[in-house]
Amino acid sequence: MSFDKERFKSPYSFLFGNMNLRTKTLLIISLVGFVLLAIAINSFFINVDNITTNFAIKNSQPSLQHPFGTDWMGRDMFSRTIKGLGLSIVIGGLASILSAIIAVFLGLSSTLGRYFDHAVNSMTDLFLSIPHILLIILVSISLGGGISGIVVGISLTHWIPLTRVLRAEIKQINTSTYVKLSKNFGRTKLWIAKNHLLPLLIPQIVVGTILVFPHAIMHEASVTFLGFGLSPHEPAIGIILAESMKYLSNGSWWLAFFPGLSLLIIVLLFDLIGDNLQKLLDPTQANE
Amino acid sequence: MFMAELKANNISFKYNGTNEWILKDLSISLKDSQVKGLIGESGGGKSTLCKILAGYEDYFEGEVKIDDLNTNSSKINPVQLIFQHPEKTMNPKWKMKRSLDESWEVSDDILEKFGIKENWLNRWSNELSGGELQKFSIIRALNPKTKFLIADEITTMLDAVTQVQIWKLLLSIAKKRKIGILVVSHDKELVHEVCDEIAHLNDINHV
Repeated sequence: MSFDKERFKSPYSFLFGNMNLRTKTLLIISLVGFVLLAIAINSFFINVDNITTNFAIKNSQPSLQHPFGTDWMGRDMFSRTIKGLGLSIVIGGLASILSAIIAVFLGLSSTLGRYFDHAVNSMTDLFLSIPHILLIILVSISLGGGISGIVVGISLTHWIPLTRVLRAEIKQINTSTYVKLSKNFGRTKLWIAKNHLLPLLIPQIVVGTILVFPHAIMHEASVTFLGFGLSPHEPAIGIILAESMKYLSNGSWWLAFFPGLSLLIIVLLFDLIGDNLQKLLDPTQANE
Repeated sequence: MFMAELKANNISFKYNGTNEWILKDLSISLKDSQVKGLIGESGGGKSTLCKILAGYEDYFEGEVKIDDLNTNSSKINPVQLIFQHPEKTMNPKWKMKRSLDESWEVSDDILEKFGIKENWLNRWSNELSGGELQKFSIIRALNPKTKFLIADEITTMLDAVTQVQIWKLLLSIAKKRKIGILVVSHDKELVHEVCDEIAHLNDINHV
């Protein structure tokens, strides 16, 4: 009996051919990474002053010249959206790196002793019990709004999952036989942290950081939409969406539809990168 | 000549939250160059005693001390424990070379004696068999500063040929370096074969 290869073919084989899972995962990560990087770099070169107001073409529908249409001042919505997405990616990046730093710091300090552990634990419980949006708005307002307010607000609310993962992971590694053996060979706590703990934690840190990205972007957009985040002259997606509300009733659907859709796509792309990186770095969890 | 002695006096141990003593008022001693056997039933507290002797267990009653003429100032514990399952004692993200170096810089002739091939050093721990890994963990425990070895069922999971090979080597090196070995096993024939003196856990443990 011959092996029926057709039966075991993946449903996506028309897309990826006969690549193995590892190549496929790498390909997805690099493609998505390239798209996100391209948006971020492109938006950097878009000068807001060059998005000219042109009242002759105000409120025009999506066309080849203006793929996302134009707004009530005749500005090209495509350029504005890309600029806004770039800003979102930068804010998301800053916020997730900052929250990862907080998480690593707290995770490592939970090993210093029982009281440190209790302190870290009660702090995660405390922050977990406050609604995210509320805390972000409070922090953002108290820091005077703007990018720094949003970034600090998001990072202060998003270190919790990573801290919990790291704390549990460190506890598990510290009770392993090879760490105890290391102590018996006369190695110091610092040496063990550097040589045993950190290399085993890096996958968790990388994946945890990237998975904060989509949350950060969504929260940035929603807080800005509510008017507590970035100031109105900033070309952010939240601002664009808030402005478009006024023009939805007279039929300008493209003002909200395309920026909202692109924000959603960006968030999904980051999620895709995070999931695939996790598969690559931590194969034992790929089936969960 | 008498150089050093590992002494455990009146050791008592029970797990936190239970009232049942695993070990009670147990005393045992091990001189250097001595090979002593310890026989006991499963669940009798053999491994617990090993962990206490090698300093892996902090909460127990009694004392473990080393009478040593040469005052030992190094940080490395002179009592090294070799475990039954070597795969648990290797960091899975380290290559074998690094695992060895964590203890000491092993000379080539020892590697050759144990039959460790050069390319094994560049492998991950999950790419070696149980017997090969156990050889690594024995070499690692044979740090120049090691005075006593606690061998907790170290060849139980190996085939007869490898068992003989490992014990022959271990005994000859121990003799040369004046290392005392506590051979813990429930395999009576093995213990009778390799040991000068045999203790039964049931006799010395007053549970």
